[in-house]
Amino acid sequence: MMHLKRSLSIGLWFMFLTLPLMVVRVNTVSREIEWRWMNLVWAGVCAFAIAWLWQFSIERRAAKRMQVATDDHPEKRQHSLAQRLADDPVLSRRVLIGVGLLALVFPWLVSSGNSFYHINVMVSALIFVVLGLGLNITVGLAGLLDLGYIAFFAVGAYTYALLSKNFDLGFWTCLPIGGVMGMLFGVVLGFPILRLRGDYLAIVTLGFASITKIVLENWDTVFGGAAGIANIPRPDLFGFELDGRQKAIYIYYIVLALVALTVVVTTRLKNSRVGRAWMALREDEIASVAMGVDMAQTKLSAYALGAFWAGLVGVVFAAHNNFINPDSFTFMDSAMILAMVVLGGMGSILGVIIAALVLKLLPEYLRAFAEYRMLVFGAVMVLMMIFRPQGLINDMRRKYECDTAGGESDNGGK
Amino acid sequence: MDFEYLFQLLCSGVVKGSIYALIALGYTMVYGIIQLINFAHGEIYMIGAFVALIITGVVTLSGYSGFSVLILAAVVAAIYAAAYGFTLEKIAYRPLRGAPRLSPLISAIGASIFLMNYVQLAQTPDFLPFPELVPEFEFMEPWVQYVSSVDMVILVVTALVMVALTVLIKYTRIGKAMRATQQDQVMARLVGINVDRVISATFVIGSILAAIGGVLIASRTGQINTAIGFMAGIKAFTAAVLGGIGNIPGAVLGGLVLGIAETFGAGYISSAYEDVFAFGLLVLILVLRPAGLLGKAVKQKV
Repeated sequence: MMHLKRSLSIGLWFMFLTLPLMVVRVNTVSREIEWRWMNLVWAGVCAFAIAWLWQFSIERRAAKRMQVATDDHPEKRQHSLAQRLADDPVLSRRVLIGVGLLALVFPWLVSSGNSFYHINVMVSALIFVVLGLGLNITVGLAGLLDLGYIAFFAVGAYTYALLSKNFDLGFWTCLPIGGVMGMLFGVVLGFPILRLRGDYLAIVTLGFASITKIVLENWDTVFGGAAGIANIPRPDLFGFELDGRQKAIYIYYIVLALVALTVVVTTRLKNSRVGRAWMALREDEIASVAMGVDMAQTKLSAYALGAFWAGLVGVVFAAHNNFINPDSFTFMDSAMILAMVVLGGMGSILGVIIAALVLKLLPEYLRAFAEYRMLVFGAVMVLMMIFRPQGLINDMRRKYECDTAGGESDNGGK
Repeated sequence: MDFEYLFQLLCSGVVKGSIYALIALGYTMVYGIIQLINFAHGEIYMIGAFVALIITGVVTLSGYSGFSVLILAAVVAAIYAAAYGFTLEKIAYRPLRGAPRLSPLISAIGASIFLMNYVQLAQTPDFLPFPELVPEFEFMEPWVQYVSSVDMVILVVTALVMVALTVLIKYTRIGKAMRATQQDQVMARLVGINVDRVISATFVIGSILAAIGGVLIASRTGQINTAIGFMAGIKAFTAAVLGGIGNIPGAVLGGLVLGIAETFGAGYISSAYEDVFAFGLLVLILVLRPAGLLGKAVKQKV
């Protein structure tokens, strides 16, 4: 009864909230007012239903937390399937081989003759997988919140576009150059802002990305302005002539190789000296500096390595699209990549890959609901944070088990 | 050196800056209390402008017009913005109290995307003309080349709002509770302050300020669309950081500095790079004074 009453009042409250925006539409040109009262009813009913569900979910969440708090062995709890996969090395290796094989034959399964739409979709999704993994180094491992990551991606893409246009350099020459350029920008940006913490860092990176976009848009003698640069050559395969589908497949394999490389490198990095230093800095800056971690060098390396992947994959992006303009490098894309890292589970490589694929592929195949997809995307981000803040896959760190450890797994505080 | 031009730029910079300051206050107040960048604040500002547009549309089409319509629209817009701010905090931020720092931030970005698309679907993604309701004041005649009537209204309203806010924070019960919560949340709870209610109140006040800013800027630029919230939000946040986030006079100062720097950069160098000057200034100040203009560097205790 309590629930019913509360849900009812919430429904009414939302009817009040949505009253002007959803009901009235003023057309100032033809001087007409459109009244859409049905919308109000819908808003009320939906809010009522959601409020009803919401209260149960919140209660369930609270009950679950209580249970966790009283549990002596939090590690031994049942985990979700994906979580168990990530934690069990034998199982995860088998699955990894399976997925790798599937990824290898994927282009031959879904394409025939002239239809290679699915390959192209997959290529853009994989590009974002690499971006997600790159940002994972900066945000997930080192804990440096970067809201302007897309700028490094733009640096890579424009590097290739300009070099191939002005100096006729090929894709394979530009690939490392793009990565190094991204890295250089990372260091140049990272240097002055090393002293900043948390939110200041976020806003400066955001500002940097905006500056990059504005410069790209307005300096049209060099960067082609808002129209961008067209006719960027695709990668060549020892001079063979490739038709459309073969080109798509070729680029697919390039990105796939890049994804594999990124996964290997980040996994190795994570357990290396520098990776541990990143995680130590993320957890507690003062303590890790006191323990002898060189803060400036560690932070810079996290920045530079994160930016390196973005620059590298930016080259692939330019080659894949044949055409780039500043509209591909907006804040929304940065937010999207950040969402991949956070929704996937900060620091967890498998989680980031899954989240990147889901976030890029779902909207692509839900074009029918194109109008609503950003709305749903925003709502999912909020809901995910409330009900599963650790992301799809919790990045379990190796811990020593100790029977008295009761509250140790609860690191929700600072 | 052309002083007339300089003065013109200065005036328009101050007008622009005072709007930034109005929005920045909402950011800085929320940040001061719960250390959250309320990314959706810009959308609240946009919603305020849209509600005002709808109200003025309905009222003017039924035959009334003039300055009083604008006031009515502003009041309704403020009420709705407050309602949205209140609801936003309840849904997107309250369940995340005590979660790691990044979670509420992501939630805020999600809420911002949601609100923007919600208004876009309910209304239209196109630019809508905002009616001109501020009359040409006669006493403004001699200065009209520097400060138009709309600008005058903006300056007066901003000044009044800021005085009201100062009084509210310095002398009222809720203001005292807000300052206490900002200093130490646990201690505030111990002395009997309802922290949840204080946070709600902060969101409501910040949203009202944003809505007023939205109505003012809409009547100055003459058109709005659903994307205005994003850029205004970022600029206002920049202003808040410039002045030292969490610091209320700092937000006003930051807003003014940002507005003036932007118009000077646009007027003397190139208007296409307006935003570059804003962010360039931000980076410069943060590198030289990482805590902002008025912020105090906090020593970390271990």
